[in-house]
Amino acid sequence: MGVGSGRLYVAVAAGGFRRYATYRAATAAGVFTNTVFGLILVYTYLALWDEKPQLGGYDQAQAVTFVWLGQALLAALAIGGGGFEDELMERIRTGDIAVDLYRPADLQLWWLAADVGRAVFQLLGRGVVPFVFGSLVFPVALPREASTWLAFLVAVVLAASVSFALRYLVALSAFWLMDGTGVTQMAWLAGFFCSGMLLPLNVFPGALGEVVRMLPWSSLLQAPADVLLGEADPLGTYLFQAGWAVALLAVGRLMQSAATRRVVVQGG
Amino acid sequence: MAETAHAAGRGGRVTEGLRTYRLIAVMWIRSTMAYRTSFALTTFGNFAATALDFAAILLMFSRVDALGGWTLAEVAFLYGVSAVCFGLADLAVGSMERLGRRVRDGTLDTLLVRPAPVLAQVAADRFALRRLGRVTQGVLVLGYALTAVDIDWTAAKLLLMPVMLLSGAGIFCAVFVAAAAFQFVAQDASEVSNAFTYGGTTMLQYPPTVFALDLVRGVTFVMPLAFVNWLPASYVLDRPYPLDLPGWVAFASPLVAVACCAMAGLAWRAGLRTYRSTGN
Repeated sequence: MGVGSGRLYVAVAAGGFRRYATYRAATAAGVFTNTVFGLILVYTYLALWDEKPQLGGYDQAQAVTFVWLGQALLAALAIGGGGFEDELMERIRTGDIAVDLYRPADLQLWWLAADVGRAVFQLLGRGVVPFVFGSLVFPVALPREASTWLAFLVAVVLAASVSFALRYLVALSAFWLMDGTGVTQMAWLAGFFCSGMLLPLNVFPGALGEVVRMLPWSSLLQAPADVLLGEADPLGTYLFQAGWAVALLAVGRLMQSAATRRVVVQGG
Repeated sequence: MAETAHAAGRGGRVTEGLRTYRLIAVMWIRSTMAYRTSFALTTFGNFAATALDFAAILLMFSRVDALGGWTLAEVAFLYGVSAVCFGLADLAVGSMERLGRRVRDGTLDTLLVRPAPVLAQVAADRFALRRLGRVTQGVLVLGYALTAVDIDWTAAKLLLMPVMLLSGAGIFCAVFVAAAAFQFVAQDASEVSNAFTYGGTTMLQYPPTVFALDLVRGVTFVMPLAFVNWLPASYVLDRPYPLDLPGWVAFASPLVAVACCAMAGLAWRAGLRTYRSTGN
């Protein structure tokens, strides 16, 4: 990849950022909704940890931090979907994808760049406010060292890669299925259940807990949270996340070439 | 259009609205049934998505015996009632969420020129029978709760069950309509309504003892969601009432529902009056 194409993807990412930055009212609405859901969840978690202190190895302050972290990362990592994939699926369904394939840019990298721009905006626009609100109103456990915050940010970047790779697979399924509603819904369910959005994965009982912690979705929320809370070794976490990112991106590549070889463009 | 409705009188307007609603809803059901597999899958998806909330509660109870002093069966009772009420309201008027989009792209104009009540048209728009998945899930959990929890049944408690479910659905319908009315002003801030609709039902799935007193006061006196299940359920389950409220409040839900629907209706009218077409 030359300097020229590098500049292209930066421009695509900047476009993704600007596009979401246009919707100010929608962003404000998202911040409000994330804050309300955070409030509801925090009280249920406080009740749970009142009943059983040190549940899953977290103390109450760590559990509260986990809730607000989830609300902060939900939109940025598109844990329930809602990133680029709906648009890509629509382009596949309508046949507009043929135009994209003619572009002198790689399909996967193009959408990755656009999704990076979107994720950065959602993190700043929708993530920071609920997190700061939660940290001011409730007892939280935040690290004092800058290095831990930095380590956390690296884990978030890797989480975003895994999230993109998963949603790229979801989107490409439209080449075979045409109607992607079912796959999108399954991806949403898996994302919520297996990432820790529903409940921290270390609270899941027994074998179920062990299995969900090995799946790619645990890279999304559980992994960055454990790095921030000092519950996981950053290097091991990075290896786990990067492993899934590389594997899933590679599968995406394979699916992409299989799909474009058999692409039948709809309509005239 | 407003003139003809006034001429028909209040009762006539309601009948006209219901007729419009029925016609549009039946049309959407027919169109859905053209793709039966897709219908079955999305209904199941709707069921599974709602079941996720209950999965969270089950996971919590796999590690503890009580939450805020309530047992699993009692929490399941709260959950079941809230889910059924919300599911019924979502089935009836859940499509109103899409109003913001119609305001933005100007397609609301199409509905305004038709000789039928706009509220009925918006409510029945894209009527989605798959939302029965949510109701079914709630009914199953409520069924489990009724077998698992030890209720000392009396005539009053038996009577309160259907009253509670219908009033609760009415209260949630009012929330949906009020949220839609707000979208005339807010337009692309439509996600705010999720905080009250989905946020409301999520909150009611947990015991009132879990939440801070101010929050409980808010959903009792400001936005009276507590009348959906917390108050009537406290009577059925012989639990102390939240906020030390008097015993009769358990039976106040129908009145609260009627009042909420009236207020939502006013909000809807006010919202519709502020509507200016996108003008293209």
